[in-house]
Amino acid sequence: MSQIDKTQEEYNELVKKHQPTDSKVKNFFSAYLVGGLICLLGQIIIELLLGTGLSLTEASSYTGLILIVVGAVLTGFGVYDELAQFAGGGTIIPITGFANAIVAPAMEYRQEGYILGLGKQIYSIAGPVLTYGILSAFLIGVIKLLIG
Amino acid sequence: MKQLGQQTVKFINPPQVISSASIVGTKEESGPLGEYFDEAISDGYNKQKTWEQAQMKMSEDVLNLVLEKVQLSKDQIDCLLAGDLLNQTVASNFVARKFPVSYLGLFGACSTMVQSLAMGAMMISGGAANQVISFTSSHYQATERQFRTPNEYGDKYPPYKQWTVTGTGAMILSNQQGGVQIPSATLGKVIDLGVNDPQDMGSAMAPAAADTIIQHLEDTGRDPSYYDLIVTGDLGEVGKSLVLELLAEKGCSIEDIYDDCGVMIYNSNQKAGAGGSGCGCSAVVTASYLLPQIMYGNFNKVLVLGTGALLSPLTSLQGETIPCIAHAVVLETTGQLTPGIGRPSIRSKLANKVENLSGNEG
Repeated sequence: MSQIDKTQEEYNELVKKHQPTDSKVKNFFSAYLVGGLICLLGQIIIELLLGTGLSLTEASSYTGLILIVVGAVLTGFGVYDELAQFAGGGTIIPITGFANAIVAPAMEYRQEGYILGLGKQIYSIAGPVLTYGILSAFLIGVIKLLIG
Repeated sequence: MKQLGQQTVKFINPPQVISSASIVGTKEESGPLGEYFDEAISDGYNKQKTWEQAQMKMSEDVLNLVLEKVQLSKDQIDCLLAGDLLNQTVASNFVARKFPVSYLGLFGACSTMVQSLAMGAMMISGGAANQVISFTSSHYQATERQFRTPNEYGDKYPPYKQWTVTGTGAMILSNQQGGVQIPSATLGKVIDLGVNDPQDMGSAMAPAAADTIIQHLEDTGRDPSYYDLIVTGDLGEVGKSLVLELLAEKGCSIEDIYDDCGVMIYNSNQKAGAGGSGCGCSAVVTASYLLPQIMYGNFNKVLVLGTGALLSPLTSLQGETIPCIAHAVVLETTGQLTPGIGRPSIRSKLANKVENLSGNEG
């Protein structure tokens, strides 16, 4: 017998053969289904709020707030990450996913205290979204300045 | 003690395992090997404020348990050998501060249990110590947040990702008569075949495991059929099938006698992905399942491999591939029963089975 003498490329091929993968079609439909249901819930909330006499702008703002609370509460009860195993992108993209990305580290890093634990780490996942959100807003502002 | 071939050490007077104990989490307790583990913690916090403290408490309890089982006191131990997955191996270091004995902190990632057994065996065989404790631990939540994302964050795991075992295992090695002996050990070398996905540890570690198995057989001049069981630490389903294929390509067929602790520890319906991983995985399976089985002669000769992925979260982000290692120890039955190995219920079950078998033969 001799030693394992595969090249990285040969081994990579072998790994691909043994590695199970999720069906992309199934992932697509479960993400579409759950993401769609979250949007449907948002639409229902807007309609109900419009029924109380609020303007569309006000109703939209309140709907965002309500969905954030829903996402946060589901994270707190340990449900959101379970749901995400089924839904994938369907739970990450909507605003509830953003709530999850803030609340999950907040819950976890409380163990290291409120300032250097929770306070510092709360944006550990959402940080890139904020950083590049601000950068994109700035770039779009520059473009508007140039062509406006 | 003498060197055999390139990487193997043969012990002329094999060190003995006189006691072993394990404590696991609830998920491991409800798995197929649940009845074998000595104790289970109530939840992830184990009545502590943080997950790291929960892991330390669990390790402290398992050390007391492994001593209690053979009525030894802390000062009868000459050295502690331990490590774990937390940064700076704090779970082990912090437990050792409560033990007034020499301590060697080790890091071999998930190979630590076998690494500490091999080193302990060398200390005893070489006369550097009479009795040592090898132990290690891992904790799902504490590991998950250090290596990946916060536990409640909703990212979707690929089906080949493994589940870190919450558990701790300890074994006392001695120069006195025990129920299981360690006649030889093979120390692995670091192997990296270019896997860079930190969610696919099984694929990363499989070449290291295959390499150590081949090296061990070569050094000892043995055929795989010498063993009743060859078992790897935490390769999971993917790594297990890769090891079989890598070995088959080299003309070494071990399919009938090969298993993996990560595959053994969970049921397929426990949502554990490709199986268990972590330092605790091979530790609890060896301490509470393999050792009693070997002591009662259900397996006479077993080759146990600890498999470790030697990465850090930083190196993964920097695009590095994952270097891996696998150490092996041989565990053989001594024909003697010691009170320290196996839970009372398991001992009587295995003893009855042995009697029935001998009755049938007679």
